[in-house]
Amino acid sequence: MDLNVADIMPTGQLTVDATDRRVLAAIQGGLPLVARPYAEIATRTGLSEAEVIDRLGRLLESGVIRRLGVVVRHHEVGYGANAMVVWDVPDDEVRALGRCLAGFDFITLCYQRPRRLPQWRYNLYCMIHGRDRDEVLAHLEWMVKRCGLQGLPHSVLFSRRRFKQRGAAYFAGTDNGSS
Amino acid sequence: MDPLDRAIVNRLQDGFPVSERPYAEVAAELGTNEEELMRRIDALLAGGTLTRFGPMYHAERMGGALTLAAMQVPEHDFERVAVLVNAHPEVAHNYAREHTFNMWFVLATETPREIDRVIDAIERETGYRVYDMPKLEEFFVGLRFPV
Repeated sequence: MDLNVADIMPTGQLTVDATDRRVLAAIQGGLPLVARPYAEIATRTGLSEAEVIDRLGRLLESGVIRRLGVVVRHHEVGYGANAMVVWDVPDDEVRALGRCLAGFDFITLCYQRPRRLPQWRYNLYCMIHGRDRDEVLAHLEWMVKRCGLQGLPHSVLFSRRRFKQRGAAYFAGTDNGSS
Repeated sequence: MDPLDRAIVNRLQDGFPVSERPYAEVAAELGTNEEELMRRIDALLAGGTLTRFGPMYHAERMGGALTLAAMQVPEHDFERVAVLVNAHPEVAHNYAREHTFNMWFVLATETPREIDRVIDAIERETGYRVYDMPKLEEFFVGLRFPV
């Protein structure tokens, strides 16, 4: 069975109402560090604690919020190297190969993106993180073997420098909350 | 980071409860107490180990837009362009990478139309083409780093 990701995860944006957006905006900058954080969000949004909890539960279930929790600064926790590896894969094989790549625990993101010919031929992207470059390259070699990617054109774009790492701001006036 | 810090970072990358006393719940799992857990999270944020403690949104499902954009910038002009690009609040991350496509950044906006507006502005300001590489299909978003 070959289900499209878009088919099995219908967009939930129609279910996000104005009150939801108020709650989303209120937590965008981070959860309050108090014993009852959702009671504080409730005070800020003029709702009850129970309603905040109910709405956040639904927003998590529908995938509007991918997850609540922490985002680590990966460099600071020992992941010193990251590479964006891009592949030029026949269009009818992208899905199968993308799923294969997505199965490794050292892969943090995996997407199909458009080619921009003639300058850019690649259509399958994945991010590999590792302690250092050698570890990233070892991961890559393993992936190539396991997913049968030998011979497919690819490019390894190690990061040289990070200029900015913050969450994206979806609600004006605050600076946070991203995927 | 001591073992409790590590346990907290690992546990909270998997999610945070939506309940009346979420810190107490997680603290009990980790063998600590509510107050200590909050203090540790605060310190990990202040020390820069964590960038955020809160929601990770699915941009498109909120009606927002997210894209990856790339530029080919000559080395001698790279700093100038980086300053111009990073000045846009819609730029969420920006990485220099080893390739002729050497600048890669994520744009996040409240509406899809604004992506085009920001790309146009960056092209005008810098004089270089911005390649929009939106996702066509997502196979995996994990972004989990065991520590």
